[in-house]
Amino acid sequence: MVQLKEKEIKEKSGTVSQRELQKMNIVIIGHVDHGKSTLVGRLLADTHSLPEGKLEEVKARCAKNARPFEYAFLLDALKDEQAQGITIDSARCFFRSDKREYILIDAPGHIEFLKNMVSGAARAEAAVLLIDAHEGIQENSRRHGYLLSMLGIRQIVVAVNKMDLVDYSQDVFNKVQQEYTEFLSQIQIRAEHFIPVSARNGDLIADRQKNMDWYEGPTILQALDEFQKEAAPVDQPLRLPVQDIYKFTSQNDDRRIVAGQIETGQVHVGDEVIFYPSKKRSKVASIEAFNTPVQTESFAGQSVGVTLAEQIYIQPGEIMFRADEPAPKTSTQLKINLFWLGKEPMIFNKRYLLKLGTSRVPVWLRKINTVLDASELSTELNRRHIERHDVAECVLETLKPVAFDLTTEIAQTGRFVLIDNYQIAGGGVVLDMATDQIDLTAEHVQQRERNWRRSRITSHLRQSRIDQQSTLVIISGPAGIGKSEIAQLLEEKLFDAGKQVYYLGLQNSLLGIDSDLSNENLRDEYIRRLGETSHLFTDAGLILIATVSDLAEYELNVLKTLNQPSDTLVVGLGSKTLSAGLLDLELSSAASTEKAATRVADMLTERRYLPEYYL
Amino acid sequence: MTQTMTQLDALEAQSVYILREAYRSFKDLVMLWSIGKDSTVLLWLARKAFFGHVPIPLMHIDTNFKIPAMIEYRDRFAKEWKLNMIVGQNVEALKNKQTFPDGGLDRIGCCKKLKSEALKHTLSGEWPRRVLNHQTCEYDIQENGQAFTGVIVGARADEEGSRSKERYFSPRDRQNDWDIAEQPPEMWNQFNTDFAPGTHIRIHPLLDWTELNIWQYIERENIPIIDLYFDKGDGKRYRSLGCAPCTGQVDSTAKNVSEIIAELESGRFANIAERSGRQQDAEDGGGLETLRRDGYM
Ligand SMILES: Nc1nc2c(ncn2[C@@H]2O[C@H](COP(=O)(O)OP(=O)(O)O)[C@@H](O)[C@H]2O)c(=O)[nH]1
Repeated sequence: MVQLKEKEIKEKSGTVSQRELQKMNIVIIGHVDHGKSTLVGRLLADTHSLPEGKLEEVKARCAKNARPFEYAFLLDALKDEQAQGITIDSARCFFRSDKREYILIDAPGHIEFLKNMVSGAARAEAAVLLIDAHEGIQENSRRHGYLLSMLGIRQIVVAVNKMDLVDYSQDVFNKVQQEYTEFLSQIQIRAEHFIPVSARNGDLIADRQKNMDWYEGPTILQALDEFQKEAAPVDQPLRLPVQDIYKFTSQNDDRRIVAGQIETGQVHVGDEVIFYPSKKRSKVASIEAFNTPVQTESFAGQSVGVTLAEQIYIQPGEIMFRADEPAPKTSTQLKINLFWLGKEPMIFNKRYLLKLGTSRVPVWLRKINTVLDASELSTELNRRHIERHDVAECVLETLKPVAFDLTTEIAQTGRFVLIDNYQIAGGGVVLDMATDQIDLTAEHVQQRERNWRRSRITSHLRQSRIDQQSTLVIISGPAGIGKSEIAQLLEEKLFDAGKQVYYLGLQNSLLGIDSDLSNENLRDEYIRRLGETSHLFTDAGLILIATVSDLAEYELNVLKTLNQPSDTLVVGLGSKTLSAGLLDLELSSAASTEKAATRVADMLTERRYLPEYYL
Repeated sequence: MTQTMTQLDALEAQSVYILREAYRSFKDLVMLWSIGKDSTVLLWLARKAFFGHVPIPLMHIDTNFKIPAMIEYRDRFAKEWKLNMIVGQNVEALKNKQTFPDGGLDRIGCCKKLKSEALKHTLSGEWPRRVLNHQTCEYDIQENGQAFTGVIVGARADEEGSRSKERYFSPRDRQNDWDIAEQPPEMWNQFNTDFAPGTHIRIHPLLDWTELNIWQYIERENIPIIDLYFDKGDGKRYRSLGCAPCTGQVDSTAKNVSEIIAELESGRFANIAERSGRQQDAEDGGGLETLRRDGYM
């Protein structure tokens, strides 16, 4: 029926040869021995995709050894051969129909190989799920269905195999179809077709024989050709997870490029954009690329780089979106569906790493709602850990806020993996933002205060001795705007007035306490240490003045919490990175250093951190 | 502007993503450059990923038996593209004539010495490296270099068997071993970028490319590829590049990139292994897995 084309017509467009036959990744899954290898062997043979003479050779070898020929042997034979370079193997087979090129990913049916099945299936656009008509639905028929649903594979064909063993009975077929349809509907999957086949006899694989005249639907091959190539999600809101920020200054390149792969939507030069979770805003100044004509827009699927009109401090892991489109969510609490593949069970009170989009954040398991036995689709409550191959609904808590979407809204930024012991040990999708907000930093501070050992000299005693109220004063704003000059002058003014004050320059802490933090990606740790250091100073009764460039809202929250029980005051200098509501004092960058320092000092007096008669 | 991506666009975007992921995750990252078409495409993709720059050092294992044009080509582009070029060699074995051309070893044994061992010890920094000095245009000797924990390699899944079981980010343990059955999963765009102390990771940005894709991309991007791949009038050309004594040519009159593409599309080579010109493959009965386990790809 299908002939491999001798020669494709070659189209030329520009200088590029455009014989770009569509390619599609298909994963073949099913319980062990339900006939995956046989089906793949048949597909290759019946579409004439095997190397010349291979079929005859394997048949002859079987005859010689008085063994019945199996189509599955073809794969083994090819496996030997491909070691010498022919492009077919058991893990991936390449074949071609009239319509397109296929890569068949053979996913092992044994449960021990579930992680290989997941890796294979995650690359697939569609799946063929095999069920043995004779044996019926087995554990992995269900488990695999469940995983497909979670991996986001929506195009599925179910092949009911070994129909020859049940006398090609329509009743048996109907029964399997009904039972499995019911199961699939519970997990929100609708199979495109149920196809009765005999892989061994090649019935309804690529060719149609007479045994099942009662069946009028497509063959496997026709069903594969019916699968749709999924269009790039260009019509959804823009989601560009920031992978990195480049500046190749040493190569005399002054561009500061925000790089990443667009997951959904599109972006244009001039678009107003926002980054979550930092909530910083800017405008796209240019789209950068190497060896291409100048671009003014980019869309889903492309790995791009943009420069911004305003230089704001953002970090890898943030999501860039358009101000005129719906925003992603940001939270430290995620309600998720998880499948766990790790050797060790997932437990409470252990630190894991969450990778969602391009963010990498420490995370803890906070709550297990239900654990689902994927094979039976029954649920267990009151579990204290999640075991290998479990599917669980649970709540995770991250060390700092992450940006994400719900899986039902934008699948690409609504899924994640978890790292345990350096390896991907689980994956899942975000169902919701959990509501009961627990703040890890606050919890830590509570514990710290409870266990802090002191003499009889309290912080309060210290403060009244020197007649001031201790506080942390943060001067924030864009880099290079003169924050430290103001901070230094303020320190002088207060010192001259007899106050106990200390200016902590960023440079100094990097030289000392933070000298092990080389990479700018370690900013979170820098913030944490600044918070803990502030706590020591303010506990000692001092007024501490620190400068932080481009402070993000959640960073401010961390600093404030860590500095408790003392207060934290924020002075914004010429910046719009923090919303006005968070600032205790807003200063224009045009103000002189003298005037700015005086205004901060006045504020400290007004708020009674300093006695009124200080100056 | 049409908002659809061609197959080459999609492959490029994915490879660029992987390269950026690698660059972000590994402080001690290196890219192997064999001068052949695949790793040269990889190098080009790095220039794409980093907007014309190559912030990752490149390593070439020079067996001393490479076709001389390869070394000229390497040095020309290392200078032109300002590459941080590192060259490694098994000086000891060459001195002691423990090689196939010198009659000291069989082909596979020679590959082991001059490629596997040289690669392993140059990566770890135990053996001296030669590093291109862009001021003097000479190679300086560097002792005690840092060990590389992330190694970017231009392997493709369609090349031969064992490679099709690779992941994009494939952990290797202390012994350089590769435990195929116990590989951690990879899903969506999430890879295993974390690694335990003492282990390292092989990164394969070209895993999904085919030989045809490589040539199509070379044509589209106009990548300056070494001319050993082209017939220069005698009806022969290299399809795969290696050491002079062990690499044969194929019969072909393809004189430029588009003729190679036409040749591949015609199916002329459909049933002939790409590396069929490589003698050592034949000698090993086809199993390159031994060499791979030893660390030579
Ligand atoms: N009677 C019959 N046996 C089949 C059919 N398809 C596969 N088998 C047999 O089922 C066994 C397992 O098949 P195989 O393809 O290796 O299963 P896998 O484990 O899913 O890859 C083999 O002995 C096959 O010959 C079929 O359509 N009819």
